[in-house]
This record gives sequence, structure tokens and C-alpha cells, in this order.
Amino acid sequence: MKLFKNINIDKLKSGLSKTREKVVNKISETISGKAKLDEATLEELEEILISSDIGFDTTERIIERTRISLKSEGDRSTLNVFTIIQNELVKSLNDHIELKDEFEEIEKYKPYVILIVGVNGAGKTTTVGKLAHNYRKAGLKVLIGSADTFRAAANEQLEIWAKRAGVEIIQSVSGSDPSSVAFDTIQTAKNENADVVIIDTAGRLHTKNNLMEELKKIKRVMSKVVDYAPNETFLVLDGNTGQNMVFQANEFSKFTELTGLIVTKLDGTAKGGAIFQVCSEQKIPIKYIGVGEGIEDLQTFEPKEFVKALFAHNGTLDE
Amino acid sequence: MLDELSLKLEKVLKKVTGQGRLTEDNISDTLREIRRVLLDADVNYKVAKKFIDDVKTKALGKEVLVSVSPGQLITKIIYDELTELMGGANRELSLNPTGPTIILLVGLQGCGKTTFSAKLAKYLTEKNRKVLLTAADVYRPAAIDQLKTLGKQTNIPVFSIDGERDVVKIADKSVSYAKENGLNTIIIDTAGRLHVDEELMNEVAEIKKKVNPTETLFVVDSMTGQDAVNSAKAFHDRVDFDGIVLTKLDGDSRGGCALSIKAVVDEPIKFISHGEKLDSIEPFFPDRLASRILGKGDIVSLVEKAQAQFDDTEAEDLEKKMLQNKFDFEDFLKQIKMIKKMGSIKSLLGMMPGMNSALKNADVDDKQLVRVESIIQSMTKEERQNPKILNGNRRKRIARGSGNTIQDINRLLKQFKEMQKMMKSMTGKGGKNMKKQLKNLRFN
Ligand SMILES: Nc1nc2c(ncn2[C@@H]2O[C@H](COP(=O)(O)OP(=O)(O)OP(=O)(O)O)[C@@H](O)[C@H]2O)c(=O)[nH]1
Ligand SMILES: [Mg+2]
Repeated sequence: MKLFKNINIDKLKSGLSKTREKVVNKISETISGKAKLDEATLEELEEILISSDIGFDTTERIIERTRISLKSEGDRSTLNVFTIIQNELVKSLNDHIELKDEFEEIEKYKPYVILIVGVNGAGKTTTVGKLAHNYRKAGLKVLIGSADTFRAAANEQLEIWAKRAGVEIIQSVSGSDPSSVAFDTIQTAKNENADVVIIDTAGRLHTKNNLMEELKKIKRVMSKVVDYAPNETFLVLDGNTGQNMVFQANEFSKFTELTGLIVTKLDGTAKGGAIFQVCSEQKIPIKYIGVGEGIEDLQTFEPKEFVKALFAHNGTLDE
Repeated sequence: MLDELSLKLEKVLKKVTGQGRLTEDNISDTLREIRRVLLDADVNYKVAKKFIDDVKTKALGKEVLVSVSPGQLITKIIYDELTELMGGANRELSLNPTGPTIILLVGLQGCGKTTFSAKLAKYLTEKNRKVLLTAADVYRPAAIDQLKTLGKQTNIPVFSIDGERDVVKIADKSVSYAKENGLNTIIIDTAGRLHVDEELMNEVAEIKKKVNPTETLFVVDSMTGQDAVNSAKAFHDRVDFDGIVLTKLDGDSRGGCALSIKAVVDEPIKFISHGEKLDSIEPFFPDRLASRILGKGDIVSLVEKAQAQFDDTEAEDLEKKMLQNKFDFEDFLKQIKMIKKMGSIKSLLGMMPGMNSALKNADVDDKQLVRVESIIQSMTKEERQNPKILNGNRRKRIARGSGNTIQDINRLLKQFKEMQKMMKSMTGKGGKNMKKQLKNLRFN
């Protein structure tokens, strides 16, 4: 069972509506009235996929698979083309990875520790606020820690989110050691019998070795309080990011074992398609998506729903 | 040893094989590869396509310079076009010499506006401007605190109004505050907003209308993907910005979004921001970004070197001599000098794609080049023009003069003879051999 679904399909759809209209209209234009997929059509499909940041290689791969599937299939109707493309896309989203039951996990570990990492401005702090809100709503005692001791007013920002979410926060002193904040937060959580700890970290570009090394240290220090920590390390990715998203995921993976991805800012017109390539290189599930700046604007990621929302009203997914 | 000559011989080869001009055929593979490079760099699909088509149309029929392949030449042309496109006029920040200069910063969430506003404030303060930072992001939690902290760090005053939600009012009041306090430059940091958010886009348009900024800058994360065209265009439609700021260039993104943005809005890139420190701000250099996007700096610099150093008329001259079979040590020396100007042979060859493995087997040694040069320099003019007269005594003298052994001199003379022989066979009528030999000499 999922802890919180929070899936409001309408919100997701309206968030993605601009995208959907564009993509779907284009594909409809492309395919309608054509019984067969000719080269020109495939080329247009390429445009649609690449324009979604899916990337050259992944696009070629998906088109190739679609082409192959269509060859052996008598049915080349628009509907079927959509179904096949969507199935291919869903398959590329690591949807086969078995997710553990979050409730059970949280019961097992006390406190259950979540570390949030990502590049500058990706949406980490906002996501911490949203996550805290959701766990608290589910009746859990949540504690958040501000291990961003670098960015100006990072602490104040998280404090406001703590208030909004109605959870306790362990403050940091600017310039202090981030791992000591993480340590204090988990220690306090243990003493106060909290269920979930969420640690926000400073934005760091994946190219900065010293900052990436710092992540290792945070992890090491955390495990001094509870040896299993962290239970989860979520990488927050900005949905506007292009092919660099793949490098981000690969680099962060090298320094810290990621257990989930969160894609933010999908309420604009960006499609976040680079995530397909990320998933093909890293076997990490996408956990949540951010669809706005409000505290409710975090949704459990559902590959089928995600792809379906992109292609709404066109074709059906194989169940 | 004969590698030096290949530069020259290639020109002949090009004539033979019809590679002397750019044609659809001889550049199509390269163009396909470049399109892919651009897409991998996040250049928008449509923009990449149009850009390449335009360049191709312009380039077809162009003559291929000696020592580069059509593929390399078209790469260079693309690089030049790209640099030009990124450049454009008016890259300086406009400053109002008399009244106050007002700079309005706009952009999506998380693109780096607040950090950049502090960097720009510091940069302008160092240029003797009296700067005021205006905190007009009333939405993101603690955004105002963030700017205040940055202001403290840089010793630059920050204007904000506690509890005020009306950002037009904040912006307006900050301008009068600046006037009253003798500050001549106002940088307004606004909240990040989505271009599809009608309400917030209206708001920023209102600020612009109210304060009439000297410069409105669109701040964009250099890691942005395909959608950059949409946000840039929407912002431009609404606030008609005057320039672009590219942030987070200290990452490894290739920054192709800059090309996309330039393609949809014709505004110059004015600054780049590349680090967390407050002095990591720089004026923009188009050529650097062009190389970054192409990710093929090596080829480009090779072509540039060849173009700059290889004087075409000189080459023509040599070619004529070769054809007339009059190639002597004087010409050889000229060639060596030319090659030296271009850098070491190894580095020159190393810049060619796919050359590195081939290089391992090739007998290229820069030291040898220097030695050959010193030997030739120890010859008299007469000896250079007519090597036949080099008898034992003369050879001994040259060996002593150039600090080499007599064996070295003999080896060079032998190689030179072979070279002449080869040229003869190439330029002679029985041309079949020639192509084959030339092929072996080609290095691209
Ligand atoms: N539209 C939209 N904006 C978002 C979303 N998530 C975050 N943001 C905005 O993006 C900006 C940056 O978010 P933060 O949460 O501060 O990002 P961060 O990763 O903590 O940033 P640093 O700590 O500075 O590296 C803020 O203006 C957020 O309101 C989202 O899902 N949609
Ligand atoms: Mg943060």
C-alpha cells in the first residue's frame, strides 16, 4: 500500500495540459488519415519526442521499438500507434522496480531517515516542505533538519515550510558543518520518538568534487546515530533540465546511493523527458513529481498516469 | 618523415578526388553528426534544424582550404556562424549616465536570479556605481532574507518593505529611496515565475511599466532543455527584455539553450554566472560558448590554425614548384617553418578525430623536425637549391655546423631524394600510383 497517493489526476492533467495539448495535437496531426507510418511520420515523431527532452538516443530507441512492434502488427491505426508508443515509454520509466511498502518500512525503522539532494535551485527545500506535510497528514511525527548551511537564508526558508507543514525543525547555524546538523536532527528524532526525519541539503552542482564528497560525509555522520541511515536518498531534478539531467543522476549516484527521483516544476510547459534517459541508465524509481509551489503540489509518480496524462484521450495503455 | 608534406599533397589530392569544394555529398555525414551534437547540447529541435539548413545553403560550393577535409571546413563554418549568432551588437550593459540606472531581473523559478542580483550589484559597485538591491520576491519563503544576507555580505544596501505584498509598489518606492539616498543604480530581484502563469506575468509587466528600467535581463539556467524557447519567447512578449544572463555555467551543461533563445528572441547575452562565490560573474564571450555547445573545440582550433597560418598563395607557389619538379631544400625549410607555426606535428595530428590510435604507429617526432631544420640551415644557399653538390666534405661541414652526425645528414639526403622521387611519380602522367601514395599520406 502506498502511504499517500495524493494523486489528483485532474491537477496532474491541468499541470500537464499545455504539454498534452501540444504533444497530442501534433501526433494526431501527424498520424490521422494515415494508415501506415511512413518515414515522414517517423521523423515527426522524432521531433515530438526530442522536443520533450527525451534526447536523441532514447528517442531513436523508442522509435525503433515502435517501428518493430508495428511491423509485426497488422493494426497500424492511430489508436494502436499511440498504445505502442505509450507502452514503450512506460516501460522505460523503471516501473518494474518493486517498491517496498512505505508504511511497513516506517514502522520498522524509527526514525525513518530521508536525505534530499540535488543541484542548485532544483526545488529541494520546497519538496522537503511538501513531503513533511504529506507524512504529517498521514499521522506521522515528522522532524526536518536544515543541513543547508551555505546558501543565504536557507534556514529561514525551511523554517517557513516547517511552519506551513506543522512540523518541528532543527535549525542550522550559517557556515556550520552540515553533517553536524544532520546528526543533531536524527539524535533529536530518536530522543523524541519521531517517525520520519527529512534532511534538506545545500544545492550542489554534480561537477564539484568537494561538495559531492561532503555528501558522503553527511551520510557517514548520520549512520553514527542510527546505523541504517539514510533509509532513502532522493535526488530532486528540475523538470526544465535538458540532457544535463542524465549527468546529474549519474554523478550523484556515484557519490551516494540514490533510492528515488523527484521531478519538479512539471506545472510549466517543460516535459521533463530527460528522465527517460535517466531511468535507462540508473535503475532508480521516480517517486514523486512537483506540480506547483503550493504545499499540496506533490504527487506520487505513476508511470502510467504520467504517460497517460501526456497522451490523454488518445489510445489506451495495456493494463 | 613525409608527414609534413601531406599538408601540401592533400591539396593536390583534393583536386584529384573532387574534394576541393563543399557539396551536399561530402558534408552530409558531418552535418548529421553536428545536428546530433547540437541536440545533445539541448539546442531546440527546430532551431538546430533550421540553423544547420541555413549554414549549409550558405556553405555549398565553398572551396576547401588545403589541409582540412570538407567535414572539418563545414564544422568551422558552423562554429563561425554560431559565434556570430551568439555575439550580436550591444553586449554592454546600458547605464544611464545622468539619471538612475534601473535593472530588472526576471526568469523562471530556481534559475539563479537572487544570487545573480548580488553578483551584479558587487560587479557594478566595483565599477564605482552606487547600487541598491530591491527585494521584490514576496512569494518564495525567505527570499527577502536571502537578498538581505547577500547585501550584508557585500556591503550593499537592500530595500524591502516588511509585510508588503504589492511588488509594483515595492519596486516604485525603491526607486525614490535610491534617489533620496544618492544611489544611482537599482537592481530589482523579482520572484521566479512560470511563463504560463498569467497573473504573475501581468505582475512583472506592471513592474516594468511602472519603473521603466534601463535594462531588463532574462536570467536562465544554462542546463535548461528544449522548453527554453517557450519560456524565453513568453517573457520577451510580455516584458520585452534587453539581454540574457546564463547561470550555473560552472556545471557541465553544454548550454545549447542559449542558441535556442537567441533564435527566438534577438537579444544579446550580457553576462554569465559560473559559481557560488559572489565574484563569479563575467561578461559574455560568444566564441567560448560556441565551442562549448559544439563540444568540438579541437577540430575548430585546428581548422583555425590551419586557416590562419597556412598562407594560401605560399601554398600555391609550393604546389607549382612541386608540379614542375623543382622542390628543393629551400622549399622544404619553408614548409617546416609553416608546420612549426601551427604547433607540433603530433598535436596537429592529435586534433584530428580518430587520429590518436593511428598516431601511435606514425613516425612523427618534433625533435626530428628541429634537427632537419638545423641541418638545412647549415647549408649554403647554393646547396639548398642544388643538393646534388653535397659531397663528403660539404656533408662533414654541415654535420659539424648543425651539431649532428654525418649519418644524420646522409639519412636526410636520402629521405629528401625519395621525397623528390615520389613527387615526380605523382605529378607525372602515370597517375595511378599517385592516388595510392597520396592516400597513404592523408591524415584525415
Ligand atoms: N512552478 C514550480 N516551482 C517550483 C516547484 N518546486 C519548487 N519550485 C520553485 O523553485 C524555486 C527553487 O526552489 P527551492 O525549493 O528553493 O530549490 P532548492 O533546490 O532548495 O534551491 P537551493 O537550496 O537554492 O539549491 C522556488 O521559487 C520554488 O518555489 C514546482 O514543482 N513547480
Ligand atoms: Mg534549498
